Amino acid sequence: MPHWANGNSPAHNHNLRVQVTPTEDTALKPFFLASILAGAIALPAYSADYTIMAPAAPGGGWDQTARSLQTALQEEGISGNVQVVNVPGAGGTIGLAQFASQQKGNPNALIVGGYVMVGAILTNQAPVTLKDVTPIARLTGEYEAIVVPASSEIENIDQLVEALKKDPGSVSWAGGSAGGTDHIAVGLLAKAAGVDPTKINYIAYSGGGEALAAILGSQVTAGVSSYGEFQSQIEAGTLRLLAVSSDERIEGIDAPTLKEAGYDVVLQNWRMVAAPAGLSEEQEAAIQADIKKLVESETWQETLETKNWADTYLAGDEFQEQLSKDIASTEQILKDIGLVK
Amino acid sequence: MSTFEFLLQGLVAAMEPMNLLYALIGVTLGTAVGVLPGIGPALTVALLLPVTYRLDPTGSLIMFAGIYYGGMYGGSTTSILLNTPGESASIVTALEGNKMARAGRGGPALATSAIGSFVAGLIATLLLAFLAPYVVQIAIKFGPREYFALMVLAFVTVSSAFGDSALRGLTALFVGLAFSVVGIDQLTGQTRLAFGVPDLLDGIEVTTMAVAMFAIGETLFIAAQGMRGPETVEAVKGSVWMNAQDWARSWKPWLRGTVIGFPIGAMPAGGAEIGTFLSYAAEKRLTKHPEEFGNGAIEGVAGPEAANNASAAGTLVPLLTLGLPTTATAAIMLAGFQQYGLQPGPLLFATNPQLVWGLIASLLIANGMLLVLNLPLIGLWVKLLTIPKPWLYSGILVFATLGTIGANPSVFELGMLLTFGLLGYVMRVFGYPIAPVVVGLILGPLAEQQLRRALAISQGDVTYLFTSPIAAVLFVVAALAFIVPLILRIRGRGEVLSQMAANED
Repeated sequence: MPHWANGNSPAHNHNLRVQVTPTEDTALKPFFLASILAGAIALPAYSADYTIMAPAAPGGGWDQTARSLQTALQEEGISGNVQVVNVPGAGGTIGLAQFASQQKGNPNALIVGGYVMVGAILTNQAPVTLKDVTPIARLTGEYEAIVVPASSEIENIDQLVEALKKDPGSVSWAGGSAGGTDHIAVGLLAKAAGVDPTKINYIAYSGGGEALAAILGSQVTAGVSSYGEFQSQIEAGTLRLLAVSSDERIEGIDAPTLKEAGYDVVLQNWRMVAAPAGLSEEQEAAIQADIKKLVESETWQETLETKNWADTYLAGDEFQEQLSKDIASTEQILKDIGLVK
Repeated sequence: MSTFEFLLQGLVAAMEPMNLLYALIGVTLGTAVGVLPGIGPALTVALLLPVTYRLDPTGSLIMFAGIYYGGMYGGSTTSILLNTPGESASIVTALEGNKMARAGRGGPALATSAIGSFVAGLIATLLLAFLAPYVVQIAIKFGPREYFALMVLAFVTVSSAFGDSALRGLTALFVGLAFSVVGIDQLTGQTRLAFGVPDLLDGIEVTTMAVAMFAIGETLFIAAQGMRGPETVEAVKGSVWMNAQDWARSWKPWLRGTVIGFPIGAMPAGGAEIGTFLSYAAEKRLTKHPEEFGNGAIEGVAGPEAANNASAAGTLVPLLTLGLPTTATAAIMLAGFQQYGLQPGPLLFATNPQLVWGLIASLLIANGMLLVLNLPLIGLWVKLLTIPKPWLYSGILVFATLGTIGANPSVFELGMLLTFGLLGYVMRVFGYPIAPVVVGLILGPLAEQQLRRALAISQGDVTYLFTSPIAAVLFVVAALAFIVPLILRIRGRGEVLSQMAANED
């Protein structure tokens, strides 16, 4: 069984000198905006200290991570000029392939990625993998939540698993794309409960949001996605939270972990930042130092709080080790579900 | 406090000079990015997020709302004048709008689209303000089977609406459907028809296809005619403004477009394009001037333009009431909310009424501002058409290419643009309609996924599709839309035949 460690929370250092950039003169705003638009047309800009690739369309989690990095790196004076480039497609594998081939050896390029990429590389049989980049650090993570509509007869996770054991096909699960974190969570739960993972009736939606509508409309039996996707509905009482996929109970969340309920499943949808391959040790150390400074900064910690992202910072060799564990266990479960041959 | 008082309070907040300035910046930027293909409102809002970090939430959300509505306005301008749809929601506008522009009626086409957008935006924003909580209850009743029924209805009405020959229309539609299966199948994660090309994994980009088929295909077609081609482009004939007849023919399509667009926008998997297709099909069926469709009918611009703005407002229904972003722009606006620690959802109307009503009020103001900004520009825009043809079309080529690279920086994407441009050219030469290809590309995956989801939920039981009242009604309407014209045609032919027989004596 995969057992994925919870992220260590880093030491908060509030004594760091915080460099505050002065607020722009309001009169300059139109020019500022114009230059941003010009920047958007003239991609890519090489003058940047860092160019961060978000291998997804604007709006998604990776894009938001990249743009939060941009804001924090600039606000904290860690980097003078940071650009974000979006290269959407195929669970990040298009962006990853472009990044690995075009930025090799460039110490000013970064890419945002995450657990979804691990699954996408396997299901798409992508020629470029995470071995072709230099993973720098895991930054944030979200846990999976299993919910049912408030009108459902299912009151707790045991009842849901009971129904699953009786007739796996009759329990329909709505979640994000096939082979993604949500799908893997259902596969792991089925396996832990002794149900054949190939029998699960998983209905893939393009994202947690679209799945949410199907769950609220009672189109499906249950839903699974990041806790954040469901949070406001759970608080409003329109969804019933059955369990979360964290290692230990999460403060402020009134639901058992899957582990507590007796199913050995711990799953975290993490996001990371990586650099190109072919960097010297000094170059890699410099990026590591910048990211460490970023993670400890007030701006970043504030961002995590407002966006409800858990700080799961893990860097260097520890992260590399965790990553290879994640890849191995993901490959196993995707094979069990039948998505990877 | 009552809904009305909240709205008034919101209007007061939105009328503050600084907020008006943010709204103005928003609509100006929005119109600009709407005009440029490739840079959509989503990217603009994403770029502005870090900038607006220092503004108060009301101010920045007002600016985003301005960009959102502005983008919807701007997209139609290039569709009408250059036959280059900046985004998928303005593809249908190009059909009649560009024909009008080339007949010297670009002014009225732009005007009916601007005023129609205003009317639709106004009504839809008011609907959003007063009906959002109820609309959303209906919208989430739409499960996979209801969506599938809606897609069937769209296929039936749309395939008969484009072009003169049903056979050619259907052929073009199936070409589009064939292209739509390329890429990763969302339900199983398996790749189809990508032939190992990573750029094809996510399928064929709709805007690339639309720009290629419309703009590149058209340019090749004109260039191939060389000097022999008829000098059809006439910059201005008659008034730049709408005349009495234009008004008389526009107001009903505006209202119908609003009624069609708003609920479809409010559906979590609706999308603005479907509303524009349905509106176009409805106008074509209801018009008193069927001979003008395909040659520049003003109803064909007024209806779809109203529909796409109404669905823009509709999109905010699930965003504000469920926290559910249904478009990329809405997703970024959601990120904007979160930046201030606000979580849109069922509790937002209760916990932050000032903000929600401020946003709705600023949408009303942005809408009015857009009209003021855009109407005077029409005179300037139509001057574009006075550019000599070789320059105009080479300009369109550059514009289309830049837009495609801007949206998706890859060599393969450019190759696709040119290949589909060639396909568009060939289809023009042999008299096949272009629009159904794009329609098939958009509707195909939606219909397929919803059907398969419905069948997965019912574990293969086909009757499940028809047992929901909403789906059943939609299927009946679709069947009627298919059968009634057939009967009419047979009876019509009968009359003609008997008349011919009578004339023989």
